[in-house]
Amino acid sequence: MDYLQLSYVQVGWATLLILVNAGISVWLRLGMERSLLIASFRTIVQLLLIGLILQWVFQIDQWYVVIGILGIMTLIAGITAVQRNQRRYPGIWLDTILSVWVSSWAITAFALLVVLNGIDHWYQPQYAIPLLGMMLGNTLNGISVGLSTFTETAYKRHDEIETMLTLGATRWEAIAGPIRHALQTGMTPIINSMMIVGLVSLPGMMTGQLLAGVEPAEAVKYQIAIMFLVASATAIGTAGSVLLSFRRLFTPDHQFLRSQLQAKKPAGKA
Amino acid sequence: MSAAAIIGLHHVSRQTDQGTLLLSPTDLEIFPADRIAIVGESGSGKTLLLRCLAELDPVQSGELRFHGQPVHGQQVPPYRTNVVYLPQRPVLFEGTVESNLQLPFQLKANAGKTYHRQTVVNWLSSLGRDEDFLTKSHENLSGGEMQIVALLRAIQIDPQVLLLDEPTAALDEGLTASVEQLVDSWFKTSQREVALVWITNSMEQAKRVCDTLYRVEAGRLGPPQANPRGE
Repeated sequence: MDYLQLSYVQVGWATLLILVNAGISVWLRLGMERSLLIASFRTIVQLLLIGLILQWVFQIDQWYVVIGILGIMTLIAGITAVQRNQRRYPGIWLDTILSVWVSSWAITAFALLVVLNGIDHWYQPQYAIPLLGMMLGNTLNGISVGLSTFTETAYKRHDEIETMLTLGATRWEAIAGPIRHALQTGMTPIINSMMIVGLVSLPGMMTGQLLAGVEPAEAVKYQIAIMFLVASATAIGTAGSVLLSFRRLFTPDHQFLRSQLQAKKPAGKA
Repeated sequence: MSAAAIIGLHHVSRQTDQGTLLLSPTDLEIFPADRIAIVGESGSGKTLLLRCLAELDPVQSGELRFHGQPVHGQQVPPYRTNVVYLPQRPVLFEGTVESNLQLPFQLKANAGKTYHRQTVVNWLSSLGRDEDFLTKSHENLSGGEMQIVALLRAIQIDPQVLLLDEPTAALDEGLTASVEQLVDSWFKTSQREVALVWITNSMEQAKRVCDTLYRVEAGRLGPPQANPRGE
């Protein structure tokens, strides 16, 4: 593998392009100069920082450091998945973080131990961290889309759900329609991207490998494996979060606890 | 002479999560052939009481018994096919009148029962509606027609108790009469020992449809009063 290492001067050339955005903003009075400045600053600082951290983690190469980093990444993904949901119920934090955690870690473990059989050690940060990152990014999407579809449908169609219950439906019979709808909605994006992968754009991971000098035929093998890993993690995560919330919204006596579903409090209020 | 109660509520109460009492501990027994009317201001807890009888909400204390037995877990769905609650605002599903009437038979708790088109047609003709009514879309029904469909949907699964939550509150006189007639003929022709509980805001209606009257005030159920029909 050989690739061109960038010097800070070379990176500097790229950052200068922000002047294009600034120019357009000033010229058309978009008033975006301040946001541009902050965004540029954050891009540079956040990435330099994560570069330093990863550099350190890669050098230390200890399982507990890698697990620690993976744990923090998972927690952030779980919190983000809840925050995207407009309707909350008591227990949503635990349910969602648990779903993100179990789905992404199980599939990453499968990837590290089975698919990538032959790597030096299972916690090798070079593999573990980017793999889990890709699982998290996708399960996070599936869960937030699936869960908000589910809670929103359950809330809006509460009278249909209750009518089913009054006619003798079990809690599962009463809610099976909304659950299926939510799972389909949550899994559609990943299926769609599997449909067009390689035709419209090259996935980020494959692009990175190509830039790093990997043979295209090698890079696609990785990409194929990743697509399937990501799809299954998304399915487990989405199904897990929706089923866990089902358990919270119905009692074992087949009663629907609609009042548990509260709209997200507006930002600023505790 | 003392027949066993179909449903017994024993000290059942409801509270909000914050601890506000919505329904004080309530005792109520419903016997075969009972026609009970419940009256009271809106917000007094009438609907909560009726929902308790259908086990639709978790209760904070007390117990419901059906033929002397507590009803929990897997017994709840079959119980609800015996004790059907009808909300004030009927809910129909997308489709025709007939598909709505067939819906309950797809549920596990109604396995063994079958949809009888002819029975439904007979009910309908007693209300002055012909067979074509069955093919009407749910979107083209008036509020009263929806209530009739909801009522038929409940009656067909052969319940022992109907819990009616102001079913005619939004209906005109003609449709109100149809609903009352339908409930009355179900009551008289059912093969089972049936009973009904009817929430109403109209004393005239209470007199027409019920024998016993209860008043609910601020979450408290008053004593039963005899209410001879047709007085």
